[in-house]
Amino acid sequence: MTAPASLLAPRPGTRARHARNRIATLSIWVALILVVVPLVAVIGAVIVKGASSISGSFLTQDINKITNGQKLAAAFAKVAGKQSTQDGIKPAIIGTLLITGLATLLAVPLGVLGGVYLNEYGGRSRFARLLRFLTEVMTGVPSIVMGLFVFSIVVVKTGFSLGWNVSGLAGSLALACLMLPVVIRATEEMLKLVPQELREASYALGARKSKTIVSVVLPAAAGGIVSGALLAVARASGETAPLVFVIGITRTTNTNLFSGGNVALSTEIFRNALSYGSYATARNRAWGEALVLIVIALSFTLLARLVTALFVRRRAA
Amino acid sequence: MATIAPERPRSQKLSEGPKPPGRERDRVFRWVTFAAGVLVLVILALIFVSTVAQSWDWFSTRGLSTVFSSRWSPKVYPVGTPKAGQAVPGTGFGAWALIFGTLYTSLVAIILAVPLSVGIALFTTDVGPRWLRNPVGYIIDLLAVVPSVVFGLWGVFVLATPIRNVYQSIADFFAPIPVLNKVFTGNPLLGTSVMTAGLILAIMITPIITSLTREVLATVPIAQKEGALALGATRWEMIRGAVFPHSRSGIVASVMIGLGRAMGETIAVALVIGAAIRVSPALFSPNNTLAAIIAQNFGEAQGIQRSALIGLGVVLFIITLLVNVMARAVLSRGERRLEAGK
Repeated sequence: MTAPASLLAPRPGTRARHARNRIATLSIWVALILVVVPLVAVIGAVIVKGASSISGSFLTQDINKITNGQKLAAAFAKVAGKQSTQDGIKPAIIGTLLITGLATLLAVPLGVLGGVYLNEYGGRSRFARLLRFLTEVMTGVPSIVMGLFVFSIVVVKTGFSLGWNVSGLAGSLALACLMLPVVIRATEEMLKLVPQELREASYALGARKSKTIVSVVLPAAAGGIVSGALLAVARASGETAPLVFVIGITRTTNTNLFSGGNVALSTEIFRNALSYGSYATARNRAWGEALVLIVIALSFTLLARLVTALFVRRRAA
Repeated sequence: MATIAPERPRSQKLSEGPKPPGRERDRVFRWVTFAAGVLVLVILALIFVSTVAQSWDWFSTRGLSTVFSSRWSPKVYPVGTPKAGQAVPGTGFGAWALIFGTLYTSLVAIILAVPLSVGIALFTTDVGPRWLRNPVGYIIDLLAVVPSVVFGLWGVFVLATPIRNVYQSIADFFAPIPVLNKVFTGNPLLGTSVMTAGLILAIMITPIITSLTREVLATVPIAQKEGALALGATRWEMIRGAVFPHSRSGIVASVMIGLGRAMGETIAVALVIGAAIRVSPALFSPNNTLAAIIAQNFGEAQGIQRSALIGLGVVLFIITLLVNVMARAVLSRGERRLEAGK
C-alpha cells in the first residue's frame, strides 16, 4: 500500500502536529473515562442499594404480593414498630438457575455439534458458508423476537403451535435459541486453532474421522469451548425480554419446568420496576434481585476467564 | 495394537468382504453434526413463519398501509363480550411512530457510542500504556455482562430524576436557535425520554462495537504502522494514515452490528423511554420503540392487539435482519479487498 498523499504533503509546523496528537490522545482517555464512570455508577448503585435489602430471609422466602393495601400495611407496621412483611426472592433465584440450566443443556451440545460440522465437515463449501453466515445473522436477532417466536410456536393455543401454555421450559427454549449461534461460533473458532498435525496423527493411527473428532480434536479445544459456552450462559442468565411473557408468573418456588408458571430474577426486576415503581417494597426488592443477578452473571464470567487461563497454561506447558 | 485382517477367500472381490469397523458410526456422526448445523437455518425460518402466522390478522385486515400509519391506540373488546378480541372502531394499529422511535433512539445511541467505542479500541491497541491495555479490555467485557434490565433499573430509579435538570438547561440554551430548538427540547420535558434511552443504549452497545473494532484494528500490519512512524508521523497521524484506511470497512460493519443491537434492545428502553406514541424530533420527550412496546403491553394484550404486537416483532425482525446482513456484506467485501491487495 502506498502511503496516503496526506502523509507526504508538506506538513504545517511540527508544534501544531504534536498539539493535534496530544489532543487526540487526550480525547481517547476522556472516552475511556466516559465509559468507565457509568459502569462504576451502575455497579456501585446495585451494590449499595441491593446490599441493604438482602438478608437471610430475603434469599429464602417466597415473593409477597404487592397490593393496593401495601402502603396502609406499611403504615400500620411502622406504628407497631416492626417490619410489615417478610419478603423474599427465593422462587426467582431458583427459576433463573433452572431455566438457564435447561437452556444450557439444550444449546451447548447442539452448538458444539453445529460448530463441528462447520469446521470439520463443511469447511469452505458453499452450504457451510451459507450456514456460517446465517449463524452470524442469528446472533443479531433481537432477544424479544426470540420471545415472540417461542410464544408463537410453543405457548399460544392457536395456529400451528404446540400449545403448551406458559412454563419454565418455554423460557429455556427461548434462551437456548439465543445461545445456540454463540456456542456454534465459539466452537468453530476454537476448532480452527487445533493443529492439523493432531488430526493427521490420529488418522495415521487408523482412527476414523468421528473417532478423531471425539477423542482428539474436541479434547484439544475443550478449554476454549467451555469458556465460550460459559460466557453465553452468563449473557443468557441476565436476559429478560425472551422470558417475560413465555414463563408466566408465580410467587412460590416452582421446580417443575414443564408445567405451571415460573419466575426469574430478570423478569421480577422488570415487573417491579415497570409496574410497582412507586412502592418502596418493590423498589427494594428489585435492587436486591439486581445484586443477586449480577453476582450470578459475574460468577459465570469469572469462571470462563478461569477456564481460559488454565487452558492457556496447559497449552503453553 | 495390531489387528490381523480376517483371511479373504481368493475368489472374493475387495468390495465384497466384511465392512471395515466403525463405518456406520462415522456416517451417523456426520449426519448428527449436519443436523445440528442446519438447525440454525430451521430456527430462522420458523421464527419468520410462526410470527408472521400469528400476526397475519394484523397484516391481512389492515394491509401494508397500517405499517406506515402513525396512529397506535389499540383497543379491543374485552373477553366475554360478543366481539371479544376485535378492534374497537376508531382505534389505530399503525407501526410508523414506533418504527420512528426505534430508528431515532438507536441513531442517538450510535452517535454517542461510536466515538467512545473506537476511542477505547484504539486505547487498547495503540494509545494506552501497555500495562493498562488488557485490564481495560476486561472492564469493557464486564460492561457486556451487566444485564439490560439492571441498566434499565438504574436508568429509571437513579438517572432519570437528576438528569431532567440537565435536559432543562440544555433546552434553555438551545431555545433561541431556530432548528435546533425543535430537537433539543421536550414537551413534556422529562427524565424518561429519547435522550435517556439513547444514553443507556450507548453504554450497552459500546462493549460490542469496541470488541469488534479491536479485532479489526488487530489485523493492521505492524509494518505499515512502523512505516508511518518511521516517516516521521505522530501517533495520531499514524492512526489516521495507516490504521483507519486499513480497517474502515471493518469499523463500519462493527457500527452496523451495534446499530442492530440498539434497535433490538428491549428491556432497558422499555423502562426509561416513558412510553408515548409520537413522531417528533424532541429529544427530551417520552417516545417508544418497537421492542419496548411489545415488552410493556404484551402481557395484557388480546385478539387483534396481540396480533399487532407480534406484527411489530416481525417488522423489528426484518429491520435488524437487513442491518445485520448489510454489516456482514460490508465485512466480507472488505476482507476480499484486503486479500486481493496482498
